Amino acid sequence: MIELSQTEIEAIRHEMSLYEDPGAATIEALKIVQERRGWVSDEALEAAAVVVGVTPTQMEAVATFYNLIFRQPVGRHVIMICDSISCYLTGYEEILAYLKKTLGIEFGQTTPDDRFTLLPICCLGDCDNGPSMRVGEDYHGRLTPERVDAILAEYK
Amino acid sequence: MDETRVLTRNIREGREPVWRAEYEAAGGWEAFKKALAEFKPTEVGELVKEAGLRGRGGAGFPTGVKWSFMPRFEERPEERPAHVYLVINADEMEPGTFKDRLLMEGDPHQLIEAMAISSYAIGADIAYVFLRGEYVECQRRLQKAIDEATEAGYLGNDILGSGYNLKIYLHMSAGRYICGEESALLSALEGRRAVPRHKPPFPAASGLFGQPTTVNNVETICNVPHIVSNGADWYKQLGAHKDGGTKLFGASGHVNRPGLAEMPLGTRMGDLLEHFGGIREGRRLKALLPGGGSTPLLTADHLDTPMDYEGVGAAGSRLGTGTMVVMDETTPIVGVLKNLEHFYAQESCGWCTPCRDGLPWVERILTNLEAGKGNPGDIELLELHTKLLGPGKTFCAHAPGAMGPLESGLKYFRDELAALIPDDSDTLSLTEPANTASNSQV
Repeated sequence: MIELSQTEIEAIRHEMSLYEDPGAATIEALKIVQERRGWVSDEALEAAAVVVGVTPTQMEAVATFYNLIFRQPVGRHVIMICDSISCYLTGYEEILAYLKKTLGIEFGQTTPDDRFTLLPICCLGDCDNGPSMRVGEDYHGRLTPERVDAILAEYK
Repeated sequence: MDETRVLTRNIREGREPVWRAEYEAAGGWEAFKKALAEFKPTEVGELVKEAGLRGRGGAGFPTGVKWSFMPRFEERPEERPAHVYLVINADEMEPGTFKDRLLMEGDPHQLIEAMAISSYAIGADIAYVFLRGEYVECQRRLQKAIDEATEAGYLGNDILGSGYNLKIYLHMSAGRYICGEESALLSALEGRRAVPRHKPPFPAASGLFGQPTTVNNVETICNVPHIVSNGADWYKQLGAHKDGGTKLFGASGHVNRPGLAEMPLGTRMGDLLEHFGGIREGRRLKALLPGGGSTPLLTADHLDTPMDYEGVGAAGSRLGTGTMVVMDETTPIVGVLKNLEHFYAQESCGWCTPCRDGLPWVERILTNLEAGKGNPGDIELLELHTKLLGPGKTFCAHAPGAMGPLESGLKYFRDELAALIPDDSDTLSLTEPANTASNSQV
């Protein structure tokens, strides 16, 4: 089993202090571990479970439920393209096809240079700017194939 | 039509937020001071009840009535549990909904002040904002507002010498639409899978960690400071039809100027569409979802509908979140329904069978219809599912919500859907299962 860094442990303990039941910080713990490592490996999940004081099984139940927790390695930048109704109406399918062609990957895959992972996401709350996607933490709306090219170039 | 700016009065173009000094200069935090000085907690609740404020998150339940379900401990402090909670549902994921993000990004202090007053009203000592994981800009701004409010003595112990104590924390979620269901949200906040809970007990009796809890939507609660400042009568007269107050309305999809606008509740649907520039490229309206993905479709026959709870209800749909998803005459209805049902199938928590198995079945039928591979009887099968997954058949409102657009789609566009079944199709074929794998495949 791996050991978490002191910074990670302190950040998790801080989150635990915000709840009547410290064990409620499972999701925060997974996010803290993921922020540093990009994804949550079995070893990191077990180590986080020890800090929070829950079993690895409880931690795994949570990790596999929430779609922003990655249980497999992802690229340096995760692209999440909104596939919900407003973006569907404003050209999501064309943008998705363009992204897949440009990156040469399907949903759930990572480019061979580890630069991008492509995932669908439900409604991003950016409906007046559809079609919309998120790269890392950044929102990008009113997508056209040309804009997609320019946006991808920003992420090395 | 002009906007009536109450909740959005401080919000600027570009959403550059209003911080404490500016918020206070505009009269901010005065409502909280007034509530502490002039009202007993239950009196704030009475005022909100009298104003007729109803939930803006989709269900439209009267807020003051919800608060009145909370047990009171003023007369028997020795029985007070360890904590009483207010939880703000900021898990904005309803398809086509983007209104709470504006309120949190543009005027974070308004939400924090609203939470302080509402917590006081229900006797809560801890309040959480349950924020969807993607809204990191909201997180930064709300945290700064909480820090500023704490520094000013609006949060903490013995607030402004009143003896009232309150702490506010942010919880960043990690995805999944079902977290917006209030009991599932409580499961998520407790660090577990977001599976809905049986009701009763309702959260007011046994909510977060088994303690008395109220869950309110962001926009709902942002009305509270204004009601406290200006009174119930002022609030009621803001409405244009039956319900009082303003609403953040929005339009996305096939309108010329998609966006948000704060208007009187009860504004005519056609006037709202006009405000958002009308239908793109001079086309005609085919249908719209009046308030997010789970509100039944309305058509061009409903343009005179007053957009409030009563008005949209009478037209056969629901006000929902008030953010319209607009489709022009070129839109194939099968594609719209397939997109929506894919969403609901994917976002089912999997707890109960009708929802877990029924929604993928519905999606598969619609996928086949769209691909020209429909079978005789498919329309009737879809119709059957609207009954099998309807209200009372499932553990929570997820599947019934998913059936809203489907049932209305069958009602208004039955011929269009039936015409997709090929004439030569007379035998049932085994077809590829629809891809309903969750996003969490990675």
